[in-house]
Amino acid sequence: MVPLSYYLVLSGILFACGVTGFLIKRNIITIFMSIELMLNGVNLSFVAFAAHWHALAGQVFVFFVMVVAAAEATVGLAIIISVYRTRETLNIDQVNLLKL
Amino acid sequence: MTQNPYLWLIPTLPLAGAAINGFLGRRSSKTAVTTIALAFPGLAFALALWIAFGFSSAAAPYTFDLAHWIRSGSFSADFAFYLDQLSLVMLLVVTGVGFLIHVYSVGYMAEDPSYYRFFTYLNLFMFFMLTLILANNYLLMFIGWEGVGLASYLLIGFWFTKDSAASAGKKAFIVNRIGDFGFLIGLFLIIQHFGSLNFTEVFAKVQPYAPETSGAGLLTAIGILLMVGACGKSAQIPLYVWLPDAMEGPTPVSALIHAATMVTAGVYMVARSHVIFERAPIALTVVAIIGTLTALFAATIGITQTDIKKVLAYSTVSQLGYMFVACGVGAFSAGIFHLMTHAFFKGLLFLAAGSVIHAVGGEQDMRKMGGLRSYIPWTFITMLTATLAISGIPPFAGFWSKDEILWKAYQANWVYWLIGVVTALITSFYMFRLLFMTFWGDYKGIQVDDHGHAHSAPGHGNHGHGEPHESPMVMLVPLMILALLSVVGGLVGIHNGFEHFLEPVFGSEFPKTITEGSGNTEWLLMGVSVLFALAGAVIAYILYVSKPYLPEKIAASLGNLYEAVLNKYYVDELYAKLFVKPLVDGSTAILWQGVDRKVIDDSVNNAADGARHLSDEVRHMQSGNLRSYAGWIAAGAAVLIAYMIWLGVGQ
Repeated sequence: MVPLSYYLVLSGILFACGVTGFLIKRNIITIFMSIELMLNGVNLSFVAFAAHWHALAGQVFVFFVMVVAAAEATVGLAIIISVYRTRETLNIDQVNLLKL
Repeated sequence: MTQNPYLWLIPTLPLAGAAINGFLGRRSSKTAVTTIALAFPGLAFALALWIAFGFSSAAAPYTFDLAHWIRSGSFSADFAFYLDQLSLVMLLVVTGVGFLIHVYSVGYMAEDPSYYRFFTYLNLFMFFMLTLILANNYLLMFIGWEGVGLASYLLIGFWFTKDSAASAGKKAFIVNRIGDFGFLIGLFLIIQHFGSLNFTEVFAKVQPYAPETSGAGLLTAIGILLMVGACGKSAQIPLYVWLPDAMEGPTPVSALIHAATMVTAGVYMVARSHVIFERAPIALTVVAIIGTLTALFAATIGITQTDIKKVLAYSTVSQLGYMFVACGVGAFSAGIFHLMTHAFFKGLLFLAAGSVIHAVGGEQDMRKMGGLRSYIPWTFITMLTATLAISGIPPFAGFWSKDEILWKAYQANWVYWLIGVVTALITSFYMFRLLFMTFWGDYKGIQVDDHGHAHSAPGHGNHGHGEPHESPMVMLVPLMILALLSVVGGLVGIHNGFEHFLEPVFGSEFPKTITEGSGNTEWLLMGVSVLFALAGAVIAYILYVSKPYLPEKIAASLGNLYEAVLNKYYVDELYAKLFVKPLVDGSTAILWQGVDRKVIDDSVNNAADGARHLSDEVRHMQSGNLRSYAGWIAAGAAVLIAYMIWLGVGQ
């Protein structure tokens, strides 16, 4: 059986990749994918702990996270499309209307 | 007949009139305004007459509870009216003279564009004055007291586009505030020590007190504070300065408020509080001294004035001084008697003066009048009656009341009497001077152009002869009725009839010094005062009719003294230097520039500036750059996690 720490390390790596991608990428779609990556990193640790402790709560949480992620993807993609239609760019640095 | 259940209607009716005219007057016709304005005070007068005829001394005093007002712990003050002989007399004077002046105003104000506003204020005044008179506690009385002050302010400044009228209104209001301050402190003292403001309760609690002869005590303090209030309202030294300026108002207002009714409120209040004053001899002495000084002082100023209304104003101040003397020597009924006759003849004098002013086209300077006898005979006859009455020539009304006061003053202290008689001489002199300057000699005024006429009556404007003309009937009838009252009004005082009528109120508490042997003295004093009055008239005749060049010579020989009197002893200037200027300067330097601008404005501005500077610094965080936000979040999360790990290590 694979030890728990392996899963956690992998989960940490996934989350770190997500954070890094979120911070350095300029394309909104990529940023969006980075968010999914972070969420799934967290999901992995949830499942790992659930298996380790033989508790179902962790698995249930994963479902919640997936549902929320799906909803977020719907709304997020809609926003991205409308941003693209109005600004004709997906570069996040140029979408800065709220700046003073 | 027993108590009348409609007493409460008397003050309420004029209030209704004021409300109707005030809200609807602008849009309704002049006839409608006139009807409303006359009907409601007229009804009140009719009711007052009805109550007077049904009045039985056995049923008095009678309290009518209208509604609860303040109930707080053991303290209570209600909307309740109190009817006894004193308030009945006042009631008849105020509604009667008030109604006549309303009728007169219909003619006098006929062409004023703010006709309805005038009658609204006038009715409102009647309401407050009647509340003042009928109140059964000091608090309700104070409402009326302040209310008449308000009405007075509104009416003095009635022609508010004129700067002098607006400032005269303000002056009256502010000077009255000073008096009201004393009145209020007096009321606080009463509440503190007697726990009530109800007349009956307070006086019942004061009754057991012995007169504070040895030194000043609580009752003396209350008495003097109440007197300060009375000084403000009744224009006594040192607070009389507002009354002469109040002549800026329309003449009917001067007659109603500043001669017949409102200014006597102070006398009424002192008389109403007689139980307190009788137990505070020092306060009474102060009242008497102030009264005598005011009577003499104002009368001397009256000699030199040339504005017909200013003469009458100073005369009013002087006559109010007489009433104060009467109260001060404990002869409250004599004071009220003079109050009543004064309301008749001084109201008449002002109305007649208004008729004169109307006749000569708005001119108030007596030097530009003269010879009006033949032009306006009715005004002349009524004014002559009033002059005889105020000068104290028997059998006119003023003689009876003034003589009563002088007699009572003599019994208290002959100094009061002496000053009183000298004042009577001066009074008679300046009143006949007014009469001679206005009605004798040749007409010196401009030819009246009816189009440039300030207050010409309708139907009277088309004579085209350009000469002074008599007023319409609507103005003359009130003059005649008041003239009749000025003749016979004093007769109620024969055999002390008036005093006996008021005896249930003032009791037999004031010193009964009328002894058998003093009858001759009384006759002698009466003779002296009549002689003095006649002398005043004769001197006036010599100076202003037979030898009209003399006054200027006398004025020139008196030099500075004449200048001082002509300028009203520079009292206004003195007050301006002593009180007004320091107040204005202090307000400007400390309150405006110091407190208002430096403290309040600056603290508000600095708070706003500070907030702006602070946000200027922190707004750079809101770059609008999404990745920098994310960076901050990540950094914050990292710090948080580090902290939690550190906490875990600590365990």
